[in-house]
Formats: sequence, structure tokens, C-alpha cells
Amino acid sequence: MTTPVRSEAPAHTGSTTTRLLGVAVIVGLVALVLLGFFGAPADDEQADAVRLIFVHVPSAFLTYAAFTVTAVGSVMWLWKRSLWWDLVAHGSAEIGVVFCSLTLFTGSVWGRPTWNTYWDWGDVRLVTTLILLLLMVGYLAVRSMGGDDSAVATRSAIVALIAAVNLPIVNRSVEWWFDRTLHQKSSLTDGNLEDLTLFTMLLGVVVWSLFYVWAMIHRFRVGWLERELRFGDLDVAIAQRRAEARASGDGGGR
Amino acid sequence: MWRDIVLVAGKDLRVEWRSRVTFSQVVPFAGLVLVLFGFALDANRPVLERATSGLFWITIMFVTTLAVQRSTSIETTDGARRALLLAGIEPMAVFAGKAAAVAVQLLAVELVLIGGIVVLYGAEIDAPLLVVATCLAATVGIAAAGTLLGALVAGVRARETVLPILLLPVLAPVLIGATRAFDDALGSVAVDGWAWLAMLAGFGVINLVLGALSYGVLLEET
Repeated sequence: MTTPVRSEAPAHTGSTTTRLLGVAVIVGLVALVLLGFFGAPADDEQADAVRLIFVHVPSAFLTYAAFTVTAVGSVMWLWKRSLWWDLVAHGSAEIGVVFCSLTLFTGSVWGRPTWNTYWDWGDVRLVTTLILLLLMVGYLAVRSMGGDDSAVATRSAIVALIAAVNLPIVNRSVEWWFDRTLHQKSSLTDGNLEDLTLFTMLLGVVVWSLFYVWAMIHRFRVGWLERELRFGDLDVAIAQRRAEARASGDGGGR
Repeated sequence: MWRDIVLVAGKDLRVEWRSRVTFSQVVPFAGLVLVLFGFALDANRPVLERATSGLFWITIMFVTTLAVQRSTSIETTDGARRALLLAGIEPMAVFAGKAAAVAVQLLAVELVLIGGIVVLYGAEIDAPLLVVATCLAATVGIAAAGTLLGALVAGVRARETVLPILLLPVLAPVLIGATRAFDDALGSVAVDGWAWLAMLAGFGVINLVLGALSYGVLLEET
């Protein structure tokens, strides 16, 4: 009787690429902290609170980028039925929820000294981003309900599509609701930023993007290994039952 | 196609009529929520009058989660979902029929609730036509999104708690739009209620299309 040998699974999710990315993120973060706290000047109106944009703007950018990847991955799952795309959609949603929470948190902290309130219902982008977070938390709740892998992937892909299709309506309805917004115009286009402030903010976007890629690769590999483990265990269990049947002499040859 | 829609909608409404769940449980629940809002707002008449539209539609959102769960559980018990597939009815027709049945139930509850806000909150209906149009447009969107998400969580554990998490954020535009339109119809805020109807209708059409396209995949694969 032989015990089936499982294919050799990697012991970790790291690789040369992820290590290089990780080092780049650490170096970038150090540069961002130094520039953010000591290099970039304080703002005339917002004083030191302006430094929060070095975290807030990159987080907001990555939030929408991550959820766009989730929507694309969901469409591709429904189209190609490829596990690869489902893992991409799932991983990106998880990382997107973290970035979205960070966006709302830093926005609130920034809003307190600037608008004199942590939360303002009159701000369209703020309310829309919160609804987006709630929708994606729902997406992750659907993913955690369990069941057949393919059914979970289809269910969550449709949730992601419902969220993606309805989000512009949420945004538009909130905009009409107040017909005004406190949120400042895009920091990149209003032209009021100092050169070094703008550079630091863009550096933040680059560092956050590298971190996103690093986290995505790891999350993808973890997801892949999880599935390998599930299916591998099933293969082992089936092989063991067959071996037992052969040993007892009543199931051999079938 | 139309015949199948009517068949499915008729089936769901017959089940509801015979079980009397909507009238014996959902309508009293909706009335209870209106009374509890009265307690929560200290029976302050001006505050209640100002908040009537929002409270009305919040109550409808709560009722929707109940109605959708009922609509979903009809198909999940005794393997009725499989039977529905084997019956050879187009999934699109199943979706439209089930959404129509949910919409009819919601409209019935809305009718009773309008009486409730007139009596309990002292609401005065300045524009009855706007009230009817808002109810129709909002209910189509709510029923479409609800039926789709109901099918999505059908047959999985903890669906009772997951459904509101999924459904309520999606319905946020309906809550905003219908509340504003009612504000105009009840004369509590000076806004153009008719302008909001386009948004409500747009939401309804988009979610109907989304549901019609994806319901078949959900029915067969989950």
C-alpha cells in the first residue's frame, strides 16, 4: 500500500520579485516619511494638516484602482471561468478595503482641523467612498459564506458587478442630494500645491502602488495554495479510501 | 415570455395570499416601525413632519429585506429552485416574475404605510400623482435589486444577515431619490420631486437589465 505523494508545495509565498518589491516599498516609505515630515513645507492655510495628503491621496487612488481590478477580475471570471481571475478579484478587494478604510480615516482626521468636523454629509466623495466600503464589505461577506469554489466565485463576481454598476448612481444621487461639495478639487489639477508637496504626494502614489503589487502577489499565492491544499486533501482522502478498499479485498479493480 | 412572467408572479403571489405572511406579519411590522420612530423622535410633531419622507422609505427598506427573504425561501425549500429550472421557463422570466411579485407586495405595504403617515405623522399629500409615480418608480428598482441579491444569497448559510449588508448600500440612491420626491409631494421641503423620478427610473432600468442578464447564471451555478 502506498500513500499518495502530494506535489511539492512552496513553503512560502515569497520570490525574488516580491523581495525586490518589498525592499523598494521600504526604501520608498523611508523617503516618504522624510520628505513628508521634513522636506515638504507646511501649507499657508492648512498648516501641518496638509501632510495627511501624502497618505490620503495615494490611499484614495489605490482604493479605486483596487476595486477596478476587482470589477475587471469579476467580469473575466464570468467570461473565461479562470480561477486566476477569481483570485485576482478576491485579493484586490481585500487590499482595496484596507486602502478604503485608510482613506476614510485619514480624510476624517484631516477634516477635523480643516472643516471643523470629522464627518460632513455634504461631501459627495466622502459619502460615496463610505458606500463603496460598505458594498465591498458585503462582497467579502459573500466570499466568506463558503460553498463550492465555482459558486462562490460566480456569486461574488455578480456582487462586484452590482457594486460597480450602482456606484456611479450612488455618486450622482448624493451629488444631487446636496448639490454642493465641501471636498476640495483634485489636488493634482488645482495647481495650488508646492512643487515638493506635489512630488511627495506622487511619491506616495508610487510607493502605495508598489505595496499594492507586492501584497497582491502574496495574496494571490496564498489563495492559490489554499485551493491546492483543499483539493490536495481531497485527493489524499480518495486515494486512502481506495487503498483501504483494495486491502479489504472488496473494492479492488473497480 | 410574458406568459411565463405572469405564471411565476402569480405563483409567488398565490403562495403569499395563502400564507397571509405579508398581511399578518409584514404590514404590522411596518406599522410598528412607524410607531417606534414616533417614540424615538419623542412624538415631536414638527420633527416627525420634517422626517416623514425619510422614515417612510427607511421602513420600506426594512420591509424589502423581509419580502425578498420570503420570496427567496419559497424557492429554496423542497428543491423548488431545481424544479423551476426543469420547468423550462427562461431564467429572465423567472427573475421578472419574482421581481413583479415582490413589487406588488411592496406596493400594497406602501399603500397601507401612506395611510399610516397621514394618521400618525400628520402628513398632508399635496401632489398625489407624484406620490404614485415615486412609489411605482422606486418599487421597480427596489424589487429588481432585491430579487437579484436574494437569489445570490439563496441556499447559503447566514443569508438572513448577509442580504441586508448587500442590499441596503445598493438601495442608497433609491432612499435618497424617493425621500426627496416625497419631500416635494408632502410639501415638507421645497425641491423639485419630479426631477428625482428620472434617477429612480434609471436605477430601476439598470437593475432590471443587470438582473435579467445574470439571474440565469445564478440559478444554474449557485
